[in-house]
Amino acid sequence: MRNILPVLVVCLVIVVLWYGAALWLNAAWVYDQAARAGTQVGFGQLVHDTMTLPRPKLPAPHQVLGGLWDGIFGQSVTSKKSLVYHGWMTLEVTMLGFAVGTLAGLILAIGIVHSRAMDMSVMPWAIASQTIPVLAIAPMVIVVLASVGLKGVIPKALIAAYLSFFPVLVGMVKGLRAPDGLQLDLMRTYNASRTQTLTMLRLPSSLPYLFASLKVGVAAALVGTIVAELPAGASVGLGARLLSGSYYGQTIQIWAALFMAAILAALLVAAIGIAEKVVLKRMGMAR
Amino acid sequence: MMGAAPIIEAQGVDLVFQTADGPVHALKDVNLKVNKGDFVSFIGPSGCGKTTFLRCIAALETPTSGSLKVRGVSAEEARKARSYGYVFQAAGLFPWRTIAGNIRLPLEIMDFTRADRARRVEEVLKLVDLEGFGKKYPWQLSGGMQQRASIARALSFDAEILLMDEPFGALDEIVRDKLNEELLKLWHRTQKTIGFVTHSIPEAVYLSTHIVVMSPRPGRITDVIESPLPRGPRPLEIRDTPEFMAIAQRVREGLHAGHAYEV
Repeated sequence: MRNILPVLVVCLVIVVLWYGAALWLNAAWVYDQAARAGTQVGFGQLVHDTMTLPRPKLPAPHQVLGGLWDGIFGQSVTSKKSLVYHGWMTLEVTMLGFAVGTLAGLILAIGIVHSRAMDMSVMPWAIASQTIPVLAIAPMVIVVLASVGLKGVIPKALIAAYLSFFPVLVGMVKGLRAPDGLQLDLMRTYNASRTQTLTMLRLPSSLPYLFASLKVGVAAALVGTIVAELPAGASVGLGARLLSGSYYGQTIQIWAALFMAAILAALLVAAIGIAEKVVLKRMGMAR
Repeated sequence: MMGAAPIIEAQGVDLVFQTADGPVHALKDVNLKVNKGDFVSFIGPSGCGKTTFLRCIAALETPTSGSLKVRGVSAEEARKARSYGYVFQAAGLFPWRTIAGNIRLPLEIMDFTRADRARRVEEVLKLVDLEGFGKKYPWQLSGGMQQRASIARALSFDAEILLMDEPFGALDEIVRDKLNEELLKLWHRTQKTIGFVTHSIPEAVYLSTHIVVMSPRPGRITDVIESPLPRGPRPLEIRDTPEFMAIAQRVREGLHAGHAYEV
């Protein structure tokens, strides 16, 4: 309970600053309108108007919450206006991409740890791959795959996988190398095979690293999915809501979709956190 | 010595490590025979190569030249045949396995049947006086108990040889005395051949049938002392007898002769 107070204070400060910013950023529009109409606005009127604009530069927190509420609870879940519908579409792609990315990262990490040649050759490419902005590569992947007939979920999931394999790769290379000299010598004295050393020593040692990487990876997969949704015709997904919002200047819609994405990311990371606690506890590693 | 072939036989073993500061002569012309059932201690100051030699026997290091036979074959072949159990300075238990799980580790690697595993785990837990602790995790045990569990792990697959690298070095004197006494009983009961690295003179004299005194730069054997103390369990009080003092004195002289404590 003692932890809740600082969190609430920070939240409150953010909300206050946000309202201040909304007032400041939207005031110009209100003054402009008033000037055209030849009227004067008092401070009370100004506050009221800046907080209720249909297309504000910066929507006030209650407007975003309203948009979020309407998107989640105010629509049928099959409606194109429902954030649940779009969130679900994004989640589907994210999970597929995350699974593919995690698997790829895992396999590459195992290869890198066991083969010097792979260590020398794969790692530089993996690092180089992450220096290319995903925003630049996503449309090309979508277009190229569409030209060979691959559309829909899979191209988007590939972009998500492209972003999420990297943290898993880096974390697992570190994790699989976590066993110390003594533990590796011990396995040698038993004449354990490489596979046995991997399954009985390296993989269990790497688990704490794996979970840390998964949390970064799943967030990256979500970002990848949303970016991939933008050039994919922007029909479904939170990326689509962001894009259509920006076409029509629907700032409230944009912010609501952003918050939906943030909530989704928080839920995914929390789910991995719970899995981590359960697994480490069952392994006797949590005290 | 009954004419049987020695279980460990080193002839002219040399080991040179190539380091950034040039070659380091870790072992020079080491010759040693260990017979089945012997308790051999290696004693010397740090840098004398006692641990390195033990690791050579275990084929964790490879000598640069010379011949090193374990149970009649090369050390590497002996390692592959799982001829020895090795106890390290630290217990090195896997934190994600229970005590029983840790002891079961070599049995799983070596493909013992499930029933056999369970029986052996129970057996060695009893042997090291840890009955009832099988379900605990390593962090729930004291340092001394963890080291006993690591000895049980080394004993579980019943190798002929037990190699121990300063296993009690990190423990306090009282625990150490107790574990030394238990180790002697265990050795007597199991009839294993033990190689034991230490830098404590009383520990070496109390435990061993043979004491190998080593000196550094380059690491070599300066003396091999055959103990006149009785084989088998020895009371801790034996350390106050004149015979004990005499051997300890000879070890000390051996260490000095090798300029062991020059600074």
